[in-house]
Amino acid sequence: MKKRGKSQRVLPGFGLTLGFTLTYLSLLVLIPLGGLFLMTARLSWAEFVQKAITDPRVLAAYRLSFGASLIAALINAVFGFIVAWVLVRYPFPGKRFVDSLVDLPFALPTAVSGIALTTLYASTGWIGRLLDPLGIRVSYTATGIVVALTLIGLPFVVRSVQPALEDLESEMEEAAASLGATRFQTFRRVIFPAVLPSVLSGFTLSFARAVGEFGSVYFIAGNMPMKTEIAPLLIIIKLEQYDYLAATAIGVVMLIASFLLLLVINGLQNWSRRYQ
Amino acid sequence: MAGPIAQRMPKQRPAPPARTAIAESAFMRRLLIGIALVFITLVLMLPLILVFSVAFSKGLKVYLDSFREPDALAAIRLTLITALIAVPVNTFFGICAAWAIAKFNFRGKNVLITLIDMPFAVSPVIAGLIFMILFGSRGFLGPWLLEHNIQLVFATPGIVIATLFVTFPFVARELIPLMQAQGNEEELSAIVLGANGWQIFRRVTLPNIKWGLLYGVILCNARAMGEFGAVSVVSGHIRGLTNTMPLHVEILYNEYNFAAAFAVASLLAFLALVTLIVKSVIEWKSGKDMIVNPES
Repeated sequence: MKKRGKSQRVLPGFGLTLGFTLTYLSLLVLIPLGGLFLMTARLSWAEFVQKAITDPRVLAAYRLSFGASLIAALINAVFGFIVAWVLVRYPFPGKRFVDSLVDLPFALPTAVSGIALTTLYASTGWIGRLLDPLGIRVSYTATGIVVALTLIGLPFVVRSVQPALEDLESEMEEAAASLGATRFQTFRRVIFPAVLPSVLSGFTLSFARAVGEFGSVYFIAGNMPMKTEIAPLLIIIKLEQYDYLAATAIGVVMLIASFLLLLVINGLQNWSRRYQ
Repeated sequence: MAGPIAQRMPKQRPAPPARTAIAESAFMRRLLIGIALVFITLVLMLPLILVFSVAFSKGLKVYLDSFREPDALAAIRLTLITALIAVPVNTFFGICAAWAIAKFNFRGKNVLITLIDMPFAVSPVIAGLIFMILFGSRGFLGPWLLEHNIQLVFATPGIVIATLFVTFPFVARELIPLMQAQGNEEELSAIVLGANGWQIFRRVTLPNIKWGLLYGVILCNARAMGEFGAVSVVSGHIRGLTNTMPLHVEILYNEYNFAAAFAVASLLAFLALVTLIVKSVIEWKSGKDMIVNPES
């Protein structure tokens, strides 16, 4: 190991590039994130709990943020799987176009998807007009938040499941079929277990992204306190009221949630790599 | 739904005979394709079409006038300035980080990779918040900055810094796995042949990573121009001064000036489409497996 390390240092630029990387990382990411935790030191434990946890408006925001993200990630797990399946297995007209379009949420600014979805699902919009007689309101409700978070999270599931499906050996399915399994049995017993880690990984990625999402939700949510106010918006409201400490406290809770999700994602990705 | 890039495949091609034992019935296949297309249409296609449709709803003149207005021009300028700083800086960083991580062995490498990914895991609002805590009037450096008359937040520098943060991992993320997979053999041969560090990078490494690099850069650029949450926190929303294009869209939209809001939004949507097209071309040029999953 040591020997290998030494022989690789034959290439130039190690000190320079690593030095720049660490300095820039520290200045731009680590120190500012550390500042967030340092700020919470100005709060006593009781104040922190009151501002970041027991305040009913904050609690309602967490419940909405995590609840809507969970529902959106579940929708994406199901429909994202179907999209990935269809893209990998079936020929159909416009397939390459659909495949490229899946990445749209990565490239489209969230403010743009926000105003577009709001207009589309408002009671006068193209889709909202059809849902309104049925008594279904989407824009300015929690349902709208789920729709926005579904758009944001979709590519994570598709792009995570697609390679796993592509890597499946058709021999396994042939073996299952030749042993008398029906197509559904083969799917349930052979295909699904093999791609499950990638589905879970995509689900968690899409959930993690949804929890922090702001731009698209901000427009469609209506932002009513206690009802359709997500946690990131509450941070902004507290900042605008110059209540830095409350904003910091909520921010720390959200940040710890993101770190925990990051750990889960890393674990899931290692697990799904072992399957390939 | 026939997409612009329609496939050569005839519409109802039966499954190849060899696969029939392990393929679904034609009905099941059509059902699944239908579900996938309806879902994609509801969530992605219609919003995209709507942007352009509302943007042009009051005619071409209103559309073009939306960009002649001074506030719109200022917003476009600020967005371009921000991207022109953030994209090159983070590209340079991405290349450095990938060189150090992929070409050398050292302890703590995996921790470093995780730390580089961190801005992806952080909510954009928190990305804005941390710079308010550092530079805001009630933040750690706020009083000192005020004393020395330096304005970072609610001004261009704050917007650039927040954008640097949210676009930090894009290029590095793309290059690290790519360069790790390529190994060191070619660079080592170049050394034996007497090349210096810059020549090795320029002549050996760069040609090998150019598509991955380009892909990282265009994604970085799309995010830099489109960032909303982080920039919204640090901008202060001063019209004509600290509004980027996405923030200008927000203001117009909240003023019920929908045609103008969607006109500016259509520019951003157009940028997103160009990004997707470039991505497809890169995939086609470089072979699909060279593109590593973005943001995951």
